[in-house]
Amino acid sequence: MSILKEQEVARPEMDFEKSSKDTGSILCTGLTLTATLLIIAILVVIIGNIAWFGFDKFSWRFITAGLEEQMFDVERAGVLPMILGTTARVFLMTIFVLPVGVITAIYLTEYSPKHSVLTRIIRGAVNNLAGVPSIVFGLFGLGFFINFIGSNVDAIFYPGSDKVIWGKPALLWASLTLAVMTLPVVIVATEEALRAIPSGLREGSLALGATKLQTIARVVMPQAMPGILTGAILAISRAAGEVAPILFTGAAVFVPSLPKALNQEFMDLGYHVWVLTTQSPNVDKTQPLLYATVLTLLILTFSLNLVAVLIRAKIRARMRSVH
Amino acid sequence: MGGRECQAVLSALLVEIMENQAKSENWEKVGRPRRLNFLEFIVEKGIFFISLSAIFMVLLICVFIFKEAMPIFLGKANSADATEHIAPADMDKIPKEKLRSHLGMSPKEFAATPPENLRMILEVRAEAKAEQQDSPESTLDTTEWKYILKPFQWSGYDKPENIWQPVGNVHKYNIWPLVVGSLKVTIIALLFSVPISLLAAIYVSQLAPGKTREVIKPVIEMLAGIPSIVIGAFALLSLASFVDTWLHPTHRLNAFIAGIALGISVIPVVFSIAEDALTSVPRSFLQAALALGSSKWQAAWHVVVPAALPGIFAAVILGFGRAMGETMIVLMASGNASIMSWNFFQSTRTITATIASEMGETVFGGHHYSMLFMIGSVLFVIAFVSNLAGDFVMTRLKKRMEGNS
Repeated sequence: MSILKEQEVARPEMDFEKSSKDTGSILCTGLTLTATLLIIAILVVIIGNIAWFGFDKFSWRFITAGLEEQMFDVERAGVLPMILGTTARVFLMTIFVLPVGVITAIYLTEYSPKHSVLTRIIRGAVNNLAGVPSIVFGLFGLGFFINFIGSNVDAIFYPGSDKVIWGKPALLWASLTLAVMTLPVVIVATEEALRAIPSGLREGSLALGATKLQTIARVVMPQAMPGILTGAILAISRAAGEVAPILFTGAAVFVPSLPKALNQEFMDLGYHVWVLTTQSPNVDKTQPLLYATVLTLLILTFSLNLVAVLIRAKIRARMRSVH
Repeated sequence: MGGRECQAVLSALLVEIMENQAKSENWEKVGRPRRLNFLEFIVEKGIFFISLSAIFMVLLICVFIFKEAMPIFLGKANSADATEHIAPADMDKIPKEKLRSHLGMSPKEFAATPPENLRMILEVRAEAKAEQQDSPESTLDTTEWKYILKPFQWSGYDKPENIWQPVGNVHKYNIWPLVVGSLKVTIIALLFSVPISLLAAIYVSQLAPGKTREVIKPVIEMLAGIPSIVIGAFALLSLASFVDTWLHPTHRLNAFIAGIALGISVIPVVFSIAEDALTSVPRSFLQAALALGSSKWQAAWHVVVPAALPGIFAAVILGFGRAMGETMIVLMASGNASIMSWNFFQSTRTITATIASEMGETVFGGHHYSMLFMIGSVLFVIAFVSNLAGDFVMTRLKKRMEGNS
């Protein structure tokens, strides 16, 4: 109604430039712009803070040392075992999650009838999986992978052995737990990429006599590759920073060797941040280490994210130009 | 993708198909749709079954969280001190299975422990038991629902109180301090993050010039890429010191610090959903408002925002779900003392932080273990319901908007 009232008082010669420059407009734009800038400021403050304090101890030596038992020694500690542990679990996770996620996305975009009940249930499940708290994934990993699958594998394949081989926290269980957690990330990103491909391309391929599967494998998939890559990178960067799901499924405070076997516990970058805040004999003294470790983690996840965001922006721009 | 690129891809495919068909010398089949061969049939069925895995995983999570929590739900867990006591001297007389369950060990652990260690454990327990004889509460089964949900007057307290304190000989399992802690932190997080993210979403989707939007959106998405442990460390090291200097809270780490840090991690969630809802409002709404002579912000505030209101509501619900489930930030920044209080500047402990910090101390299959799975299942249900609600609202909004455009 207020629009009409203003319309009555507005003089006919009033142009668009003027109407967007009244006090209300300036106030509203200013307020929303302030909020936007505040969010960006928060981002800058966090990154700046970590970088400023972390840079002190961050060095090439810091990220390549750490094989000895000097976790809390400010001068000699390094994070190489943690970086390798994180890399190992994330690499394994990618192997598990990528095929399943991509295939699910293919089914959802290429095969499933758009409004069928099953499609809706699958989408609901994917959305729900994305919203399950990460600590619940940790509980799930403990209850399902370790206490159910692991113990049963031990009971079936190593009967009579008094050593626990699989029924304990391990690299494999941590990466499987993370794979379940990142499944929605891969599905959503791949779906977006598949939708960005013009349907004319598919129709053209089908018209040439290719079967649906050939069309998907030879025409759709190569075009969707950047999007699938984005999904993989997003999943990796999300998983690399997650600590809650691996608290009970494989991360350890200290492991004397680099990750070698699938049933080994491992050291992890994010978990190490947690260790440094709680287990450190002298929190004030090891604070530079803490900052440097956080900075390492931030650089790792951020560079991954930056790549993903850039690829994604390109795909979105292409999608807009097509539709 | 350029038209020329499309053409190249398709012509390469055509050449391949022609070559295949030339090889099989079935020229008459060109132009007719090829029949699905057996392999393709199998592959397509495989795709179908693999796509069900998301459903399968949600069911598995549900089943296994509740399975481990079952002893609490069925009332089978018992935290009361074992009434029958096994003296170290009687160790060899009783059946091994009974000894194992008395010690709360898994069969593997039991087999791996030499008898002298078992005897030692029994001796330690006997000593502990002798010291605790004076506590009348050690025979209570605190895993019963009345102790979980209602205040109880424990010895040493002058009135009935809600206490979560699963240590010592009497494990107190009242969940209200944790629920209040979670809600408290979540409310602060939402009060901080929702207004900012909604205003930013309005700016980015309605008022910002095109180029600015292209820059700002990815930047805010970057915020979602910061791991929660990094935000937690930032809150613990810098934010806490900053607030400590200016506001002088009761405890250095408190619900307020945790709430603000949690809010930072919730901003991208609320922002992206609200932005999505605002952009899903058809352009014609905006154009009609502009044609009537309203300014850009009038159109945004009086036309677009009301139309997208359900979506904004969904954003808040999903933000709530996310905040309730976040673990590492609250674990690091909240101070982790389970105090039943609504004071925002006191240390607090949430459901998630409790699971994360106490799971390491539990005995597999014991009452504490089951109890942590029980509060985990509460968390799962909260997340499930808020997701379902948010999703439902969002789908309906989009459907309505598609119908209108």
